[in-house]
Amino acid sequence: MGISVHCDIVSAEQEIFSGLVEMIIAAGSEGDLGITPGHTPLLTALNPGPVRVIKQGGEEEVFFVTGGFLEVQPNIVTILSDSAERAADVDEAAAIEAKKEAEKALANKSGEFDYASAASQLAEAAARLRTIQQLKKKIQR
Amino acid sequence: MAVGKEIKTQIASVKSTQKITSAMELVAASKMRKAQQRMAKGRPYADRIRSVVSHIATANPEYRHLYLQEREAKRVGYIVVSTDRGLCGGLNVNAFRETASSVKKWREQGVEVDFCAVGSKAMAFFRSYGGNVVAALNHLGDEPSAAKIVGSVKVMLDAYAEGKIDRLYLVHNRFVNTMTQKPTVAQLLPLPPSEDDEMQRRHWDYIYEPDAKQLLDGLLTRFIESQVYQAVVENNACEQAARMIAMKSATDNAGEIIGDLELAYNKARQAAITQEISEIVGGAAAV
Repeated sequence: MGISVHCDIVSAEQEIFSGLVEMIIAAGSEGDLGITPGHTPLLTALNPGPVRVIKQGGEEEVFFVTGGFLEVQPNIVTILSDSAERAADVDEAAAIEAKKEAEKALANKSGEFDYASAASQLAEAAARLRTIQQLKKKIQR
Repeated sequence: MAVGKEIKTQIASVKSTQKITSAMELVAASKMRKAQQRMAKGRPYADRIRSVVSHIATANPEYRHLYLQEREAKRVGYIVVSTDRGLCGGLNVNAFRETASSVKKWREQGVEVDFCAVGSKAMAFFRSYGGNVVAALNHLGDEPSAAKIVGSVKVMLDAYAEGKIDRLYLVHNRFVNTMTQKPTVAQLLPLPPSEDDEMQRRHWDYIYEPDAKQLLDGLLTRFIESQVYQAVVENNACEQAARMIAMKSATDNAGEIIGDLELAYNKARQAAITQEISEIVGGAAAV
C-alpha cells in the first residue's frame, strides 16, 4: 500500500468525493497534471474534463468536472468544481449529440451568432466524451 | 337569548385566525425541510472554498491581490441579508440590531457606510433607519438563483475595487437549529487570514498556473459569491424555521384565548339562566 493524501472533490451543488488517494490526474488550464502525495503547494484553474483519482489500494475512479480550481496543500488536495458528476452518470449519446450540435453551430458563422458560447459548449462536450473514453479504458483493463 | 353575542363573534374570529396560523405553521415546516436540504448541499463547497482562501491569505505571494490588502477604512460596505416576508418572529429585527450596533462603531470613528439590501425587509428597514443603499435585491423566492445574487454582489465588489469602500461585511442569520437562529456579522473583504498558527509561521507560497493574478481574480470572486449565496440560502432556512416557531406559538396563544373566552361565555350564560329562574320563582311567589 503506497503513501496517500486526503482528497476532497466538491461541486457547488454537493460533495462528490472525499477520501485517501494515491494519485490524482486532472485537466489543468495548462495541460493535464498528476498529483502524488508530497506535492508542493499548487493552485491552478481546471478546464472541463475528467478527473481521475487512484484511491488507496489502487482502485480507480473517474469524475467529470466542468471547470473549477485545484488546490494542493501538504496534507490535503481540494478540487472546487463548478459542477461535477461521477463519470458513470455522464451520458455518452447526449455528449456526442451535444458535440455535433456545437460543431454545426461553429461551422455556420452567420450574423449575430455567439461564437464564444458555442466554442465553450464544444469544449465541454468534448471533455465529456474524453471522460467516457477514459472510463471505458478503465473497464477494459 | 342574546347573552354573550359579542363573545361568540370574538371566539369565531379568533378561531379563524388560529386556522390561518396553523396552516402557515405547516407550510413553513415543509418549506424548512427543503431549505435545510439546500443549505446542507451547498455547505461543503462553501466550507472548502473558505479554507482554500484562508490558505491563500496566509501565503506569501509575490503578487498581493487587491482583496488581500488591508487598507485604512474611510468607507465601509455592508451586505445585509433579510427575508422578503414578515411573520417570522424576531429574525429580521435581531439581524438589523446587530447591523446597527456594528455600523454605530464605524460612525463613531467618522467612517461612512454603504448598504446592499437583500430581501424587502432590509430595504424597508434602511428606508426608516437612513443610510446609503447602493444595491437592493428582493423577491428571491424559496429557491434563490445564484445569477441574481451575483449581480448585486458585483456592485459591492466593484465599489471595493474602485476604492469607494475599504471593508465589506456580510450580515445574515446563522442556522444553529430549528429553535435558534443567530445573527452574525462577518468580514468578507479584505480576507481575514487563517487562524492556523502552523501556516503563519512557515514562509511558503503556491505555484500558480496559469498566473497568480488571473487565478486569484477568478477564485476570490467565486469565493465571495459563494459566501453570499450560502448566506442567502441559510437565511432562507432560518426564515422558515423562525416562522414555524412563531406560528406555532401564535396557534397556541389563540387556543388559550379561545379557552378563556369560552369560559367567560359559559359564565355569562349561566348567570343569565340563574337570573331568569330567580325572576320566575320571584314572580310565582308574588302571585
